[in-house]
Amino acid sequence: MKNLVRIGNGQGFWGDSIDAPVRLVEDGPLDYLTLDYLAEVTMSIMQRQKEKNPKAGYARDFVELIDRILPTLIKKNIKVIANAGGVNAPAAAEALKEVARKHGVHDLKIGIVEGDDILNRIDVLVTAGAIFENMENGEPFAQIRDRIKSANVYIGAFPIAEALNQGAQIVLAGRVTDPALALGPMIHEFGWTENEYDKLALGTLAGHITECGAQCTGGNYSRWWEVPDYAGIGYPVIEIQPDGKFVITKHAGTGGIVNRMGVSEQILYEMGDPKHYISPDVVVDFTSLNLRDEGQNRVGVDFVKGAEATPFYKVSMSYFAGYKASGQLTVSGPKAYEKAQKVAEIIWERLKRAGYSFEDTRTEYLGISSCHGDIRPVPEQINEVVLRLSVRDGDYKKVDRFGKEIAPVITSGPPGITGFAGGRPKAQEIIAYWPALIDKNLIKTSVTVVE
Amino acid sequence: MKTIKLYQIAHARSGDKGPNSNAGVVFYTKEGYELGKKLLTVERVKSHLASIVKGEIIRYDLPNLWALNFILGDSLGGGGSESLQNDAQGKTHGQAMLLMEFEVPDDFPADDVGI
Repeated sequence: MKNLVRIGNGQGFWGDSIDAPVRLVEDGPLDYLTLDYLAEVTMSIMQRQKEKNPKAGYARDFVELIDRILPTLIKKNIKVIANAGGVNAPAAAEALKEVARKHGVHDLKIGIVEGDDILNRIDVLVTAGAIFENMENGEPFAQIRDRIKSANVYIGAFPIAEALNQGAQIVLAGRVTDPALALGPMIHEFGWTENEYDKLALGTLAGHITECGAQCTGGNYSRWWEVPDYAGIGYPVIEIQPDGKFVITKHAGTGGIVNRMGVSEQILYEMGDPKHYISPDVVVDFTSLNLRDEGQNRVGVDFVKGAEATPFYKVSMSYFAGYKASGQLTVSGPKAYEKAQKVAEIIWERLKRAGYSFEDTRTEYLGISSCHGDIRPVPEQINEVVLRLSVRDGDYKKVDRFGKEIAPVITSGPPGITGFAGGRPKAQEIIAYWPALIDKNLIKTSVTVVE
Repeated sequence: MKTIKLYQIAHARSGDKGPNSNAGVVFYTKEGYELGKKLLTVERVKSHLASIVKGEIIRYDLPNLWALNFILGDSLGGGGSESLQNDAQGKTHGQAMLLMEFEVPDDFPADDVGI
C-alpha cells in the first residue's frame, strides 16, 4: 500500500479550463486526475444527442483531452476518473480506444461504470415502488412524468473503486457525485470498507473541497487582491494517507493561493445543513473538522466525523418547462438610468398593445441593481447602464415575438442607446430540474473493464 | 461606537441549492464570530436582503470554522435554467451579505481594507 496518494481535480464543471488538466499532469507529481463534465442540464442535452446518434451522448471534450495527455498519463502512470461517460459511457470508451490506437497504445484498460441512467426504467421503477416526489417541495411526480428528458441516480464511490480494482487506467462514469470521483481512488488504494465512516468522511470532504477546481486555490476568493498570478492559477491536489488524513495543495510554481480562508469558503459552497452532508457513501458532519495551515499553500485536515449512509440515492431528473429569452440594450449619456427605465416601459407597452402577455417577465438594470436590488443606493451620476429584459412562457411564439421587440426602440425611443450587436434574442428551451430520492435496493450499478 | 461593514470582519462565498441560494460567512477571528452570532440574526439578514430573498432564511452555525451558513429561500426566481435573473445561481449573494453594516465598540478590531 502507498503511504501517500495524490489526486488532482482538473475540471470543476462543464465548460471549465481545457488546459488545467494538462497542467496538472505535466507540472508536478500526480497519481490520479479527476474531471467533472456534467452540469444539471447536461444530461438532457446528451440524451437528445444519443437519440439522434447512438454513438453520441458523452463529453467530447474529454476524448480530446485524452488525445493531448495520453502519452504523459502512460509515462507517469496517472489514472483518470471522469463522469464524461454522460448517458453513453460505452460509446465514450469506443472513442477512447480509437485515440489509444492512434498513439500506438494497445493495452489501455478502460473501466465503465453504469446504472445511473434510469430514463428507460421509470415505469419499471414506479411499479417496484419508486415515488419520485420532488424532495424540495413535495410535489407529485405525475406533474412532470410525461415531460422528462433525463433521469439519473447520483451513484457513489465504490463502483469507481471496483473499476480501479479491476485494473482500469481510465474510469468512465455517468452521473456520480462529484466527491466520489476523488473518494473512489482512495477506497481502491487503501481498501477502505463501507463501514469505515470517518475515513469515508475525510475522503468525501477532500473531494468536496476540490470538486469545483480552482475555487479552493484562490478562485472566487474574497480577498482577491492578495492572490498571486491568477492567470496561471494552479488546480487543486489532494495528498491523502491511508488513515484518511489529507492536505489540500497545488503544484509548486503555479499561481493562486491555498489557505484556511479559501478552503473554509469552499467547504461552505453549496452547503445545506453542515451537520448532515449526505452522500451515497456516508453522512459527513462538517462541524466536526479543523483546518490546519501547514506552510505555504498547504491546508490539512486530520479528522471529520462520518456516519452511516442513508438507504436512498438522490435522483436528478430534467424536464421540459417552456421557453425563455433575454435581450440587452446599453443606455448612455445624460439621465442614463431614467432613459433606461423609459426604454423598458416603452418595450413592455408595445408588447401589451400587440396583445402579448407572459407567464413571467423581468426588468433589470445591470450596473445598478441586477444582483443586489436596492441594498445600496443608486449612484447620483451614472455614465451608462445595461437594460436587460427577460420573459418566460410555455408558448414559443410569444417568447419569439418578444425577441423582435428589442431592436426597434433604438430608432424609435430615447437617444444614446446601443449594444444590440448580438441580434434578436432567441427563445431557449427551459430544462428544469426535479430532485427526488430512490431506495438504493432498486438500483443496480455495474462495472465493466474493456481493453 | 463606530460603524463597520461585515467585510471588515468576515469573508463569504455563495452558490445555488435548487431554488434557493446559500451564503457561507466566515469570520477572521473568534471574537468576530462571537459578535457575528449575535448580530447576524435571521431577521436582520432577511431585512438586509429583502430585495433578493423571497422565502425563508435558515442559519446554521459552524463554530469550528468561525462560520455561519445561511440558506436563502426562494432567492433565484426559480432554480437553474428556469430563472430569468442575471444572477440565476446566487453567485453574488455572498458579496451582498458583506455589505451589511453594524455598530461596534470603537476598540473592536476591524480590517480597514476595502473590497
